[in-house]
Amino acid sequence: MLWRAIVGRLGLSIVTLWVVSVLIFVGTNLLPGDIAQIMLGQTATPENTEALRVKLGLDKPAHMQYLVWLGNIAQGDLGISKAGLGAGLGTPIVEVLGPRVTNTLRLTALVAVIAIPFSLFIGLIAAMHPGTQLDRTVTFSTLSLISVPDFLVATFLVLIFAVYLGWLPSIVFLRGNETGWVLIKTLAMPTLTLIIVASSQIIRMTRATVLNVMSSPYIEMAILKGVPRKKIILRHALLNAIGPIVNVIVLNLAWLVGGVVVVEIIFAYPGLAKLMVEAVLLRDLPLVQACAMIFCGTYVVLIFLADMASILSNPRLRHPK
Amino acid sequence: MSEITQNASPTKQFEELPDAPPKRKIKLSLAGKIGVVVLIFWAIIVVIGPTISPYHEADILDEELFVVPGGDEYPDTDFQPPSKIVLLGTDYLGRDTLSRILYGARTTIGISFISTLLAYLIGVTLGIAAAVGSKVLDTILSRLNDALLSLPSLMMALVMIAALGSTIPLLILLTGIIYAASVFRIARSLGQEVMVSDFVEAARVRGEGLWWIITREILPNIAMPLATDFGLRFVWIILFISALSFLGLGVQPPMSDWGSMVKENLPGLIYGSMAPILPSLAIATLTISVNMIVDDISAFTGGKLSKRMIS
Repeated sequence: MLWRAIVGRLGLSIVTLWVVSVLIFVGTNLLPGDIAQIMLGQTATPENTEALRVKLGLDKPAHMQYLVWLGNIAQGDLGISKAGLGAGLGTPIVEVLGPRVTNTLRLTALVAVIAIPFSLFIGLIAAMHPGTQLDRTVTFSTLSLISVPDFLVATFLVLIFAVYLGWLPSIVFLRGNETGWVLIKTLAMPTLTLIIVASSQIIRMTRATVLNVMSSPYIEMAILKGVPRKKIILRHALLNAIGPIVNVIVLNLAWLVGGVVVVEIIFAYPGLAKLMVEAVLLRDLPLVQACAMIFCGTYVVLIFLADMASILSNPRLRHPK
Repeated sequence: MSEITQNASPTKQFEELPDAPPKRKIKLSLAGKIGVVVLIFWAIIVVIGPTISPYHEADILDEELFVVPGGDEYPDTDFQPPSKIVLLGTDYLGRDTLSRILYGARTTIGISFISTLLAYLIGVTLGIAAAVGSKVLDTILSRLNDALLSLPSLMMALVMIAALGSTIPLLILLTGIIYAASVFRIARSLGQEVMVSDFVEAARVRGEGLWWIITREILPNIAMPLATDFGLRFVWIILFISALSFLGLGVQPPMSDWGSMVKENLPGLIYGSMAPILPSLAIATLTISVNMIVDDISAFTGGKLSKRMIS
């Protein structure tokens, strides 16, 4: 029964990925401008434009282009960056993506490692003392933080740490060989911004989830039979809240991978989201497709993991009605 | 005679029933009350903002206005501190910040509100269709919706805006479609819940049509949770549109919009100008107050909504 549920979810994820690939292909093909013409620039003549179009496979009908593209992706070949972003004309996309993916992963991992334990702790503390001054402070400040735009948080951090105190650089300039203290200082601002934004969401959801469990009958039973409060929360409530909390964490990770656009742009952080924005501006179709596939693929995988976590932690979900 | 009783009867009868539900009255906390006041304030500004604003949003103020006796003949007009001439100072081009915030209220709130309405129109229609329709329809719509949800919204907007340009109708349409996906999810799950309830079963056995069931049973029962969700969605759409404008892809100059005002005045931070701070505060007051109200209402409806938002 457990296996059937897992295989079912896996099948759904694969179907979703396929629909996503169609959407991305159709969406990116809406981009105006002929790649061949953009690549040739001022040297474009009708003849050599046509020749390049044939060479790039742009003369084939759209559904054939889609099949070729999908086949290549399945083999791990993301194609060739047509506008040659950064690394010159005709660079394989895999090479362009490499360092960018590393950068975004590094930022995301750093944020996750700090933000998740911190917010779980705060969320749990708030849920343990509902209605107290502490709880109200936490609720109010997190609600305020998720209500303000993330560029506002980033702006204030720049104002404080770069303009007034002058401790940290206001943009990120990564050479790739920074180590130790310098690296920490370079990454501090984007990391801090993302931690603030992500934590407030995780804190709120952790608190809501634990409180929700706390209102269930078996907790009431435990209270009535005189189990100490601390034990109730750690033994009964927390264990039952693990599924939803893991769900929240995974969703936030997915958000981090995609929602870093504003932060990466403000701090000029050379990550994947910034690469995709640049690719859109340069009409580099294969690169946009590749970035979008990475983002959506990551998201689908993370959602699948979230589903798995809830199925494993809640046996009732193993038998879908 | 018969007309009078007909007019008065529905509510009257309802109240006379012995097991009539108690009247619903939402008690707002202090934060919620402040939220309502702030919300009403901004709603009034949306209506009368441009009328009461001292200058036009695109007016670049004359240097003469800033001449002080005995001072420079050609004073700077950009990033001026608040004074009697410009109550909240000027921006990077020497335009009046107060006027731009007043005009921007209409742009930012208007676009966000219409987008939210559009998202609801699409999302609720399709969501209920999926909930009451055949299994095939439900599967197709849900798969498509999952795929749409799995595209990071900002990314998708970037691609579409790059493809089609940034005009206000397009911005509204795009935001509406992107956010319709999450509305669909909620409307569908709420609708499904009602569809399996006993009173819908009873209505079916009675021989009521599908349209009757949708309008008389489903919609009234999902209206309250949807209303709270509307508030949350509205906040997210404001933040989304502001982020787009901040990236330079949303509302285009010379129209003022709170998100782009923050972006264009960022350099003023170094001179201690209020120009980038004030529009951010405007966004924050609006979104925080909507959230406070929603918080109160969902506490009132038993926190069901927050449960749904997590799973």
